[in-house]
Amino acid sequence: MSKVHVSTTINGDAVEYLCAAEETLLDVLRDRLGLTGSKEGCGTGDCGACSVTLDGRLVCSCLVLGAEAEGRQVRTVEGIAKGDQLHPLQRKFIEHAALQCGVCTPGFLVASKALLEKNPNPTEHEIRFWLAGNLCRCTGYDKIVRAVVSAAAEMRESR
Amino acid sequence: MPLDNPKGQSFRLVGSRPNRPDGIDKVTGRAKFGADMSAPGMLVGRLLRSPHAHARIRSIDIKKALALPGVKAIVTRDDFKEIEGDLRDVSRNVMARDKALYDGHAVAAVAAIDTATARKALKLIKVDYEILPHVTDVEEAMKPGAPVLHSDLFTQGVEPTPKKPSNIAKRHEFGHGDVAKGFAEADVVVERKFKSEATHQGYIEPHACLASVGNDGQGELWVCTQGHYAVRNVCASLLGMDVSKLRVTASEIGGGFGGKTTVFIEPVALALSRKAGKPVKIVMSREEVFRASGPTSSATVWVKIGAKKDGRITAGDAVLKYQGGAFPGSPVDMGAMSAFACYDLENVRAVGWDVVVNRPKQAAYRAPGAPISAFGVECVIDELAQKIGMDPVELRLKNAAREGTESSYGPTYGVIGLRATIEAAKAHPHYKAPLGPNQGRGVATGFWFNFGGQTCVSLNINIDGTVALAVGTPDIGGSRASMCLMAAEELGIGYEQVRTIVADTSSLGYNDISEGSRVTFSTGMATIQAARDAVKKLCGRAAQMWGISPDAVLWENGHAKPAGANAGDFPPLSLADIAKVAANTGGPIAGHCEVNAEGAGVSFSTHLCDVEIDPETGFTRVVRYTVIQDAGKAIHPSYVEGQYQGGAVQGIGWALNEEYIYGADGRLQNPGFLDYRIPVASDLPMIDTVIVEVPNPGHPYGLRGVGETSIVPPLAAVANAVSAAAKVRMMEIPMSPPKILKAMGEAPRR
Amino acid sequence: MRYEAPKTTKEAVALLAKAKGLAHVLAGGTDLLVRLRSGHIEPDLVVDIKRIPAMGKISAVANGIRIGSAVPSAVLGEHAGVRKAWPGVVEAAKLIGSTQIQGRATVVGNLCNASPAADSVPAMVAAGAKAIVVGPKGRREIAVEDVAVAPGKTSLRKGEIVESIHLPKRPPRSGDAYLRFIPRTEMDIAVVGAGVSLTLGPDGVCRQARVALGAVAARVLLVEEAAAALVGTKVDDKALDNLAAAASAACRPIDDKRGTKEFRIKVAGVLARRAAKVALQRARRGK
Repeated sequence: MSKVHVSTTINGDAVEYLCAAEETLLDVLRDRLGLTGSKEGCGTGDCGACSVTLDGRLVCSCLVLGAEAEGRQVRTVEGIAKGDQLHPLQRKFIEHAALQCGVCTPGFLVASKALLEKNPNPTEHEIRFWLAGNLCRCTGYDKIVRAVVSAAAEMRESR
Repeated sequence: MPLDNPKGQSFRLVGSRPNRPDGIDKVTGRAKFGADMSAPGMLVGRLLRSPHAHARIRSIDIKKALALPGVKAIVTRDDFKEIEGDLRDVSRNVMARDKALYDGHAVAAVAAIDTATARKALKLIKVDYEILPHVTDVEEAMKPGAPVLHSDLFTQGVEPTPKKPSNIAKRHEFGHGDVAKGFAEADVVVERKFKSEATHQGYIEPHACLASVGNDGQGELWVCTQGHYAVRNVCASLLGMDVSKLRVTASEIGGGFGGKTTVFIEPVALALSRKAGKPVKIVMSREEVFRASGPTSSATVWVKIGAKKDGRITAGDAVLKYQGGAFPGSPVDMGAMSAFACYDLENVRAVGWDVVVNRPKQAAYRAPGAPISAFGVECVIDELAQKIGMDPVELRLKNAAREGTESSYGPTYGVIGLRATIEAAKAHPHYKAPLGPNQGRGVATGFWFNFGGQTCVSLNINIDGTVALAVGTPDIGGSRASMCLMAAEELGIGYEQVRTIVADTSSLGYNDISEGSRVTFSTGMATIQAARDAVKKLCGRAAQMWGISPDAVLWENGHAKPAGANAGDFPPLSLADIAKVAANTGGPIAGHCEVNAEGAGVSFSTHLCDVEIDPETGFTRVVRYTVIQDAGKAIHPSYVEGQYQGGAVQGIGWALNEEYIYGADGRLQNPGFLDYRIPVASDLPMIDTVIVEVPNPGHPYGLRGVGETSIVPPLAAVANAVSAAAKVRMMEIPMSPPKILKAMGEAPRR
Repeated sequence: MRYEAPKTTKEAVALLAKAKGLAHVLAGGTDLLVRLRSGHIEPDLVVDIKRIPAMGKISAVANGIRIGSAVPSAVLGEHAGVRKAWPGVVEAAKLIGSTQIQGRATVVGNLCNASPAADSVPAMVAAGAKAIVVGPKGRREIAVEDVAVAPGKTSLRKGEIVESIHLPKRPPRSGDAYLRFIPRTEMDIAVVGAGVSLTLGPDGVCRQARVALGAVAARVLLVEEAAAALVGTKVDDKALDNLAAAASAACRPIDDKRGTKEFRIKVAGVLARRAAKVALQRARRGK
């Protein structure tokens, strides 16, 4: 069984790897590249814990083959902060206690960031429906929604 | 430890909302969970699981699998000693012995160089099964003639002990008084039978561990767990290792809710590692989590309550039948004890039957047993209120348990907060808000015991006056923040100057599992004691430095001070001042506490729920929800609110759409998040919370556990709301739309 | 397993035609990868069509709109032209899964997966969509309702691939809509799906209608009796009652973990009615 050679960009950095044809992008991120921030909660695209963006589009990395990342831009939770500067979403999640166990948090952050890039002033309804693919079992979503609303407000102000 | 100041408390830090210390790691992806660890030379471990609900395992042939290149070790029942006693059932659940007892029961495991090889190897293992008839329904399992799982299971708790084995493990009974007399005195009696389906805790992180056993028999285990000490002890027993030889480190945990208080894959990973001489990592797939970890019971609940016209309840009676999966030990005892715990009753009885069926062995799920019995009781209370023509909140107030009530499960209550939560519900704007068309409102109360338990902490003063606090209870809800708050409060220093870590099993004494809502209470109490211990020692060092008696030194605002003008005119010494010269005054300074924490306070909760139903389809949505719960003292209010909201939402899912669906073949049909339907963000409104504080006299700050009580009322709160909106009494959960539509269609026109 | 990412339709067809063993087309991967991971399928070859420019385009053509097979639902939903002409098709495509699934899932993949409950299919059937099939022997066009023959099975022959979907030109005073029933608000497989497309005459009388139901039989049903209940009427309450009854009568559902037979039969009528009302509103608003 020969491997696929992939050249791609992850969080702005050029990356190369070899992977089996059937390996998912999530497998590659976690097991080959040491980027364990994206999590496998279900492996079937139902929980969103593996969320990344692919050429700016929010996707579940468990449903993308590692081979498909060739020539594309991948962004993960590890790429959200800039050096030691947290993104407003990251700060607001902490301030609003929008995480308890924290395992779903990377997925929520990637998904929320994608939302705010598309819609800088989402309503509670829009936030909830956009994030319906991200499961959280600890918080009941209340504080997550508040954190996103708060981050959106701060981001609009600083423009 | 008793309440510090019964007349009132004022805190400097406790009760505030600082950022949690592990927050940055969790928002950047840096935090390491169970599946995030690797080791050089690591092998992939995978389990072979029975596809049959009930089968005798005649033989297991691993020869071909072992010969596959890349396979380094295979284990089966032959690699695990037969164990008797307390761990007998756990060991047989971890690896089947003579029978596979449920769809998903582990029968063998493989360690190989990669996942593809491990999968191929599993296919090459030949298991010779003799398929047996199975039973997955609790009442079917109790019938004579049902397929019997264990030929040595004879019902306990009945006289005389049966001579034939059955699936009925035990009968429990709690209560006091004379229910027959009580019902005779009643003007109105309501009697109903309810059914609930099995649900899963639904943590987003599947079970995962990395085991490494050297050929000197020393073992390391990295695992996501609620109790790494318990894991250590159980794994050591199952593998025949000395406890001291196994060091277990708790990773960050991606949800537990009780489901990670036991072992599933961990002993297998250790056994494979020992055999292969290499580290072995096992991560459960989501399908495996559903099929083969520990869901909670499905049950039938019969409840009968009688009351006088004026609302005074004269008798309460319940019979609960819970299935605990393939081994005895369902939480029917706790279900029976807690069923009527919210009420002040002269005549009360709750009988619980613990039954085994061909399903995975249950594990604790947040207030185990209580949500199911509360579902039945709180729905009957609701119906009773309707029959009497009384407001359901007023009915509860009239009968609410209070200080001095003999509880339905035995002890007499001390100071409790039940009435306070019901009054707060009554006063809440939600209670009076008008309802729209096709909407209904439900209310329910709930109770949980809360536990104490064995706990150790070590509080070490660093050279710069900052503090390293090592605790032994995995942080499942944000408890590290609360420990920092309590330590900083006691020491009089800043919150950011305390760093709390969860130590591994070799670094600290035994700690009971993070369960029973015990961590903030017990580890908190131990932290407070350890801090007070450290303060005594710090004062002693200051006394030494000043050349005065230790009695003449007091601790105030983070400083040692002379106790009075007579003690001497010394400027105060800070923690840092004393720590800097500790080497010269006697060496490192630390405070310790090893305790079996007692005095946990019970907690109560009242929930209000509004739902809206689409009468043409049965589609149901929660439109408003309020949780009112007594926390005794909220150490970090944001995380207390988080527990209230999280528990309520799990209860909403349980009430509306979550259920284990077994086919006629005894196989689980929905082992995934697609068809096991937990609430998603768009299903819910904001969950309003009210923290009531009726201090617990058994804790220095008055705190009560909060993690579990919030899941007890929602099943009934939602059911009562749906019953009101649909205008028909719902008696089965989950109340999925087909069920609601059917009930509405069959209801007599009103 | 081998992974290939051809740059033209011709290359893709050639790969599929000469593949020995099991070959699968990879578009969004939201069905394929799930089956791959679970071990349900073990393909020898996976052909990724997302590098074929022709398949990634949405183009206006003389007699309608062509949607390439590799266009994700999210992209379809952002296309003003398709949204305006066929809002029902777009809303159906946008109901598949979550935002993450939308970022990958394609309506053609949804169609070729041949699940009876596929969300985008009833709407495409109601719209009279055609699948443009390219194979070793050339091109052909088939009605979308003729692609799936049974759950998981399509009428495509070896080497054939759907290159695009063709949506007809939208006549004036037309509207379409898709509604589905799920127990939660998102994320579930449709328990019942109803797609309705209708065209009114200048007098407000319904001239033409197509009604398609999903998840109530082994394939998506095109219910002619339901459409007949609307044609020649002003789509008043009585016509809608007849529509609902015809829809319910046409169902051949099963009991499964997502719904019972009775539930599906009842709700099919309810949804067909509601979808028709939305389609009617859109038709009245249109040019």
